[in-house]
Amino acid sequence: MADKRGRKAGSSSSPAPAKKSSQEVGAKGDFDVDGDLDKNAIEEFFAPVAGFGVTMASLFSPVVTEQYPFEKKPTAPRYHGRHQLNRYADGLEKCIGCELCAWACPADAIYVEAGNNTPEAQYSPGERYGKVYQINYLRCIFCGLCIEACPTRALTMTNEYELAGQTRAEMIFEKDELLAPLRSGMLAAPHPMVEGTNDDDYYRNEVDGPTPTQVDWVRERRPEDPTLDAAEAAARTRAEQGGER
Amino acid sequence: MTAPSEQKSPAPVEEVTLTIDGVEVSVPKGTLVIRAAERVGIEIPRFCDHPLLKPAGACRQCLVEVSAPDREGNVRPMPKPQTSCTLEATPGMQVSTQNTSPVAEKAQRGQIEFLLVNHPLDCPVCDKGGECPLQNQALDHGSNTSRFTGVKRTFPKPIKISSQIMLDRDRCILCQRCTRFQDEIAGDPFIDLQGRGGGTPGYEVHGLHAQQIGRFDEAILDYVGGETVTDDDSVGPMGEPALVSATAGNAGTVGPAAVDASGRPFASYFSGNTIQICPVGALTSASYRFRSRPFDLVSSPAIAEHDACGAAIRVDHRRGVVLRRLAGDDPAVNEEWITDKDRFAFPWQSAPDVLTSPLVRDEETGELVPTSWSEAVHLAAQLLTGATGGVGALPGGRLTVEDAYAWSKFARVVLGTNDIDFRARAHSAEESDFLAHRVAGASMDVTYGDLERSPQVLLVGLEPEEEAGTIFLRLRKGVLAGRVKVATIAPMATRGSTKMRAEVLPVVPGGETEVLTALAAGDSEHTQYAALAEALRGEGAVILAGERLGMVPGGYTALLKLVEATGARLAWVPRRAGDRGAVEVGLLPGLLPGGRPTAEAQARVDVAAVWGVDELPATPGRDHTEILAAAADGTLGALLVGGIDLEDLPDPALAERALAGVGSVVQLEVRRSAVTEHADVVLPVVPPTGKSGTFLNWESRPRPFETVLEGPGMSDAKVLDMVAEAAGTDLGTRTVTDTYAELAEFPGWDGPRHEAPAVEAAPTPELGAGRAVLATWRLMLDAGRGQDGEPHLAGTAHRPVAMLSAATATGIGLQAGGNVVLSTDTGRLELPAVLAAMPDGVVWVPQHSVGSSVYRSLGVGAGAVVALAPADSEVQS
Repeated sequence: MADKRGRKAGSSSSPAPAKKSSQEVGAKGDFDVDGDLDKNAIEEFFAPVAGFGVTMASLFSPVVTEQYPFEKKPTAPRYHGRHQLNRYADGLEKCIGCELCAWACPADAIYVEAGNNTPEAQYSPGERYGKVYQINYLRCIFCGLCIEACPTRALTMTNEYELAGQTRAEMIFEKDELLAPLRSGMLAAPHPMVEGTNDDDYYRNEVDGPTPTQVDWVRERRPEDPTLDAAEAAARTRAEQGGER
Repeated sequence: MTAPSEQKSPAPVEEVTLTIDGVEVSVPKGTLVIRAAERVGIEIPRFCDHPLLKPAGACRQCLVEVSAPDREGNVRPMPKPQTSCTLEATPGMQVSTQNTSPVAEKAQRGQIEFLLVNHPLDCPVCDKGGECPLQNQALDHGSNTSRFTGVKRTFPKPIKISSQIMLDRDRCILCQRCTRFQDEIAGDPFIDLQGRGGGTPGYEVHGLHAQQIGRFDEAILDYVGGETVTDDDSVGPMGEPALVSATAGNAGTVGPAAVDASGRPFASYFSGNTIQICPVGALTSASYRFRSRPFDLVSSPAIAEHDACGAAIRVDHRRGVVLRRLAGDDPAVNEEWITDKDRFAFPWQSAPDVLTSPLVRDEETGELVPTSWSEAVHLAAQLLTGATGGVGALPGGRLTVEDAYAWSKFARVVLGTNDIDFRARAHSAEESDFLAHRVAGASMDVTYGDLERSPQVLLVGLEPEEEAGTIFLRLRKGVLAGRVKVATIAPMATRGSTKMRAEVLPVVPGGETEVLTALAAGDSEHTQYAALAEALRGEGAVILAGERLGMVPGGYTALLKLVEATGARLAWVPRRAGDRGAVEVGLLPGLLPGGRPTAEAQARVDVAAVWGVDELPATPGRDHTEILAAAADGTLGALLVGGIDLEDLPDPALAERALAGVGSVVQLEVRRSAVTEHADVVLPVVPPTGKSGTFLNWESRPRPFETVLEGPGMSDAKVLDMVAEAAGTDLGTRTVTDTYAELAEFPGWDGPRHEAPAVEAAPTPELGAGRAVLATWRLMLDAGRGQDGEPHLAGTAHRPVAMLSAATATGIGLQAGGNVVLSTDTGRLELPAVLAAMPDGVVWVPQHSVGSSVYRSLGVGAGAVVALAPADSEVQS
């Protein structure tokens, strides 16, 4: 921040007098563009080396160069980086495939196709989920209108800015690349919703983690699922702490 | 487009003058205020109002402030705002809409707030979101906030009321557009209002059912004994499986005749229209559920390709994929309604078996291998021009006029033959004579508007609800308005004819000739037909003859005599979209374009002049079956086959023999078919979405359409042009513009027409014990290839049954609820038997439904005698 302030001060102070002098000169005549006609003798004597003054002063000012690939700096907290499709605490996806993000997008960078949840494949709470989700980062201008449009807070932006690729196709991020990683204790979708809840309960954040029933459901169908053990532990802990949720 | 005669107003209508928002407007007496306002560009918000449905005043959204003169002529305000959709304009009325009246504005704002009280506002999930009248009008006329803080009333959802239609009762605003459409237009009131009042909040039910739309279902209405049935292909807001409505156990007793393929009571062939007119997302379709958003879609106008009605449709597509089809708005043809087949049966055009590159048969392996267009086209040209004994052309009945014209010209100019016939169905020489004599080259005569007003319509060989849905809706509209009377010559009263309140003239198949002759005679001998014979002689009477009359010996002969005797107007109604156009451009062995008989030397000279050739083949050609027979016995050296399905042919086995036995087969097809197995060269052509062209509907009204999806594919006309070029001839049908220009060069034909058919009626067949005459026609939703890839639609088809009279059933010892077996030398067909009021000794089965393919199983068609027996097995569930 100090660097920035220093740079800002320096850059904002210097143009002002120059501008002023050029205005004065402008009154005298249009030919004296750099204002050296009104220099006195001493100024004229030092003129050839005066530029070094800036150099000398810079030697002692703080260094602003960032050693980017070697030292990564955190961005501002609200920096608009790569998008992320969030999950509810039990691992179900928040995206319902409504395409409002695609509608809001001024760069036409988002493509969504919705899907129909079924009892055997429930990816998000309620009837609908995002089956196909693509963001083309060659088009995205990181304006964040998609985030504002999202009715379920499924789409947010991370601070990740390292978005480069070798091919155009690589720059179209698919749903699996955009989905938030499963935090410990989340149960990988698809799995049924928490018993006795509806999609509104999820929107109101009244679901705080997987339940034993959900864990059992997944264990029966996908015994190899890597999220099972942590989710089961979390479910048991919360059950022991009492309270239905 | 030709201006239809219905634009003329028959009599001057009395006008009334009223003032709306200070603007004076004169409208015909009887006009509703909401329509009068539209005339001066004032839009009043509305949900339940629909110009083609009767006023209901159900949603209360169109409230306006009204003053009208009283008996003394003093203009006095009505005490409360009035619904403008139910209020007829009267002279001197002064209407203030939301634009000028704070009272109307407040009333409408309040009404929107009321409607939204129980509406879930789940727009991001809802299929209607983005094109929703409730969404739009809530934004335009509603408040920003709601004062309602309670718990909304909710119902379990979604409900699959048929395999295609899904109902979400939470979103419903009870405008009753759907129930009114089904009742007033389609005549299948499969859904209705149930319950009363606002219900209870949440999911709780206290024995009082909120007012709701639905089918009667004990489980859904929480009656004791109801059995909840669920469907695992979608879920509700709690992740619970979707409810299935009105399964046989829950919907009271319905016989097997009234059950659809999914086991529910049959809904309607027009149920898709309720989705389109629903002003909220309460009714959605299973096939379009969550598939896209309106802003994704590019909408292109098109013409439905499934029947000869020429219904206007709107094709919505995204990134080269058609996602849905909606009814277009064409008041002269289909108004705003289409059949479910036109709406939902489009996946065939992008089925996995669609051909994308030309195929040729590898000489060594005998397999079809993809190849380049130039190689395939040259090989096709070589096979066709080098065939010894000539080539037969079987173009099929689904071509546009332009493509059919290319086929017609290709056969005559390149193949040098008249062996061409579009009739990939049962046909007769009498039919081709009739078509050449009466139909070909005739301009538009009977229109939809005439059907709606004709005092007497006679149907023969035509079942409009199954074979031409738009005609059915128009006739029913006329009948309900009290203007039209329908009579039908058919073996029984079908659902369709009952809904048209048709007078049924029962016949044994083959007996149509006799009835037509009796009607023509109109004498005292046939007293039962006297009233109808008289009505047909009246002004405006219309006879609609279906293509099935061609299978009745002497049918068309008697029909023409009837037309002559009564002066009634006649229209021929084929079943396929391309049939009328095919007749027009001469896809018949004895016919050249424009109704010119091949036998006339002058006609051949005319056509040869337009085509720039010296002469045209004069030898009469073979018809469809004769071509196949000639190919089977080696007389013909090659076959050029278009879009035909062997199952449609009266003798599929003959077609298979012909294709296997003939020297070479060149096929032009959209999808791989049974013909492909025998083809030496397969040239892929595009389905209607991929090309522009014109269908001629049964009225002979041109129905032009533009390309919906641009792509590399080519139409029949263009492919044939390439083959002709490879054979050294310029066909000149490369583009639709070229083809049209050439079609315009044909002068009208005023020479002698083909002679009228003169065929004797067949003698009534002698029926032995356990035998019956077969009656059969195709149902709208059946096993046709055009409905492939749409399982939700297939579930709404009628479940195939055999119908026979009680006496016939007793005669063969059939137990109630048992199956009946029809058999011939070729094979057998077993179907559940249903008793119906029909002549004894007749059995009706669907012609080509799933599990009931008459031509394939029995080898005979309508009018043939089949053996009847009860099935050995016990009653099947």
